[in-house]
Amino acid sequence: MIHVSATPVLALRGVSKRFGAVQALTDVDLEIHAGEVVALVGDNGAGKSTLVKTISGVHPIDEGGIEWEGRPVRIGRPQDAQHLGVATVYQDLALCDNLDVVANLFLGNELRQVQVLDEIGMEKRAKELLHTLSIRIPSVRIPVASLSGGQRQVVAIARALIGDPKVVILDEPTAALGVEQTAQVLDLVERLRERGHGVILISHNMEDVRAVADRVAVLRLGRNNGVFSVRDTSHEEIIAAITGATDNAVTRRKARTLTKEDAR
Amino acid sequence: MSDLAKNSAQPQETATAVKDPADPAAGGSAAPIPAVDPRLLVREQGLKGYGTEFVRKIRGGELGSLPVVVGLIVIAIIFQAKNDSFLSASSLANIAVFTSGLGIMAVGIVFVLLLGEIDLSVGSVAGLGAAIWAVLSVNHGWSDWTAVLFAVVCGLVIGALHGVFFAKVGVPAFVVTLAGFLGWSGLQIWLMGSEGSINTPEGSIVENLTSHYFADKAVGYGVALVAVLAYAASLLWETRRRRAADLPSRPISEIVLRTAVVAVISFVVAYELNEPEGARGLPLALVLFLAVLVIADFVARRTTFGRKVFAVGGNAEAARRAGINVDLIRIAVFGISGMLAAFGGLFIASTAGGATKNLGSGNTLMLVIAAAVIGGTSLFGGRGKVWSALLGMLVLQSIQQGLNLLGMASEIQYMITGAVLLAAVVIDSVSRRTQKTAGRA
Repeated sequence: MIHVSATPVLALRGVSKRFGAVQALTDVDLEIHAGEVVALVGDNGAGKSTLVKTISGVHPIDEGGIEWEGRPVRIGRPQDAQHLGVATVYQDLALCDNLDVVANLFLGNELRQVQVLDEIGMEKRAKELLHTLSIRIPSVRIPVASLSGGQRQVVAIARALIGDPKVVILDEPTAALGVEQTAQVLDLVERLRERGHGVILISHNMEDVRAVADRVAVLRLGRNNGVFSVRDTSHEEIIAAITGATDNAVTRRKARTLTKEDAR
Repeated sequence: MSDLAKNSAQPQETATAVKDPADPAAGGSAAPIPAVDPRLLVREQGLKGYGTEFVRKIRGGELGSLPVVVGLIVIAIIFQAKNDSFLSASSLANIAVFTSGLGIMAVGIVFVLLLGEIDLSVGSVAGLGAAIWAVLSVNHGWSDWTAVLFAVVCGLVIGALHGVFFAKVGVPAFVVTLAGFLGWSGLQIWLMGSEGSINTPEGSIVENLTSHYFADKAVGYGVALVAVLAYAASLLWETRRRRAADLPSRPISEIVLRTAVVAVISFVVAYELNEPEGARGLPLALVLFLAVLVIADFVARRTTFGRKVFAVGGNAEAARRAGINVDLIRIAVFGISGMLAAFGGLFIASTAGGATKNLGSGNTLMLVIAAAVIGGTSLFGGRGKVWSALLGMLVLQSIQQGLNLLGMASEIQYMITGAVLLAAVVIDSVSRRTQKTAGRA
C-alpha cells in the first residue's frame, strides 16, 4: 500500500504559460507526494511536455506558483530545479556513447579529490546504486555503446538518481522499448516509488500507466481535465478525459458490443 | 552493512570476477556488490586469458596501438636490412630528437581530435612562436626565459582565440583555424622582417632544447629506473585500493607482465642512447617530450577536465545537459593546442638552428595531424590516447630517417608519408565500422 504524506513534495498552483499567442498552460494544478507515481497523460499538444519543462526549469512559468515541501519557490533555470531535488530523464537519453557506465552516471557530478577523479569511489557507488535498483548490466566498465536500448534507458534513469532527488520526471521512458525492456523500466519505476521518490511519468501508453501509476493527471488543451485514482477508474473514463468527451470511438464501440451481448 | 563486512572478510580471490557466478546465492538479495553478470565475457586467468581476450578485441575492431607497433617493427626490419646504420646510436638519437618537437605539437592535436574537431593552424603558430622568441630575445634583448615563456603564452592566447571564435561565435573550427593558418604565418613573416632568419644564440635555452645531451650515463638509466618504478607503484597502488574497495582488480601476474614490458623498453632505449659507439647520452628533448606526454596523459585520463573533454567529444548535447560548460572546454582545448604548438615550434627552431620566415610551413601541419591519427586517435572524436602522439611521430620520423639514410629524395618521402597517413585513416574508419557492428562504438 502507498503511504502518502500530508504535504506534497511538489505542488503546482494555477500555473499558466504562454508562448506568443499560444496559451500552452492555463491554471494547471498538480501535486506530487513522496512515494507516489503520478502519470501525466493527454493527447499530443495537451501541454504535458510544457508542464514538465516548467518544473525542470527549462521554461519559467508566467503565472501561478510552485510549492516545494509546502513553501513557495521559484524555478527559473534548470540548475534551480536540480538544487531543489528534481531530476529529469529526457526522452533522448543524453548519454555519452564513448564513455563507460560509471563515467556516464557521474557525468558533471564526478567524485574527485581536488581535480583528480576518484574512479574507485565512483565505481563502488555506481555498483551499489545499480544493485539497489536491481539493474543488471554486464559490467559498469563497458562503454554505453555496447548496451541495449533498455539498458541505456535504465542507466539514464539511474543517472538521475545520483544526486538523490526527491522528484524524478520520466518523459516517455518506454516509447522506444521492447516488451521485456518496458517491463524492466516499469519495475524500476516501482522501485523508485518504494524508495520514496515522487515520480512523474509521461506516457502515451495507457497499459503502462495503469500498470505502475497511483494517480493519473489528465491534461487537455492546456487545462486540468481531472485527476483520477488508477484503481477506482476505468480505462474508458480516462480515455474520455483525454479526448474530452464521453462520446468517442472507444465508448461508442463499447456501447455497441454491450448492446450485442445484451441482445444475445 | 553487515553484508559489507561479510563480503570484505571473504578471501580476496572473490574480487577477481571469475569465481563469482558459480556462487550466486552467496550474499542473498542484499549483497552490496552483485555477482558478475553471466553475459559478461571475463578474462580467464593466466596467459591463455590474455590470448583469448586479445583475439576478441581484434575481432571487435578494437585495434588500439596494434597497427602502429606492427608498423614500427616492420619499418625497423626493412630499413635495418637496407642500411645497417638505421638502428645505430646516432640514428636512434636523431629520431628521438626530431620526434620531440613535432610530437609535442601532436599532443595538442590529440586533444583537439578528442573533441572531434581539427586545428589547421598549429604549423603557423609554431612558426610564430619561434619568431616571437627570436625577435624578443635576440633583437630586443629580452632574457632567455622571459622570451621563451612569452612565446608559449602567446601560443596559448592564440589557441584560445580560435576557441572563442569556434565555441562562442559558432564558426566551424576548420575555417577558424584555416584563417589562423594564413593569418599567423603572415604575422610571422612580418615579425621576421627583411633578413628572414635569426640564428639561435650560442648557449641559449632554445639551442639547448635539442642539442643538450646528458652525457652522464647515470641520468639515462636513472630516468629509466624512475619510470619503471613509478609505473609499477601506480599499478600496485591502484590494485590495493581496488581490493580494499572490493572491486575487481588486476591480477598480480598482469602487473608483473606490464611492468616487465615497460622495463625492457625503457632500459633498451637507455642502453642504446648510452652505450654504443658514438652515443651521446640521453637527449634533453626526449626527456621534455616524455614529461609532456605523462602530464597530458594524466590530464586526459585522470582529471575532471579530461573526462569533460571526452564527454564533449562523445556527445556535446549530453555534456551540456549534464551541466558541463561546453564552450569553456572547447576554448581550453584549443588553448592547449596553441600552447603546445608554440612550445614545439621552439624545438623546431632549435633543430633548424634558428627562427626563419618559413619555419613551420610546408608539411609540419600534415606531419603533426598524421602522427596523432597514425597513433590511433580517432578523427571522429571521443576516442584516443595521448600516447598516440609518440607512436605516430615515431613511425613518421623512422620513415624519414630511414629514407634519408637511403638517400631518398624528399618527393618520395612526401609520397610515402601520404600513403602511411591514408593507411592510418583507412584503419581508423574500418575499425570504427567493425566496432559499430560489434557494439563497441
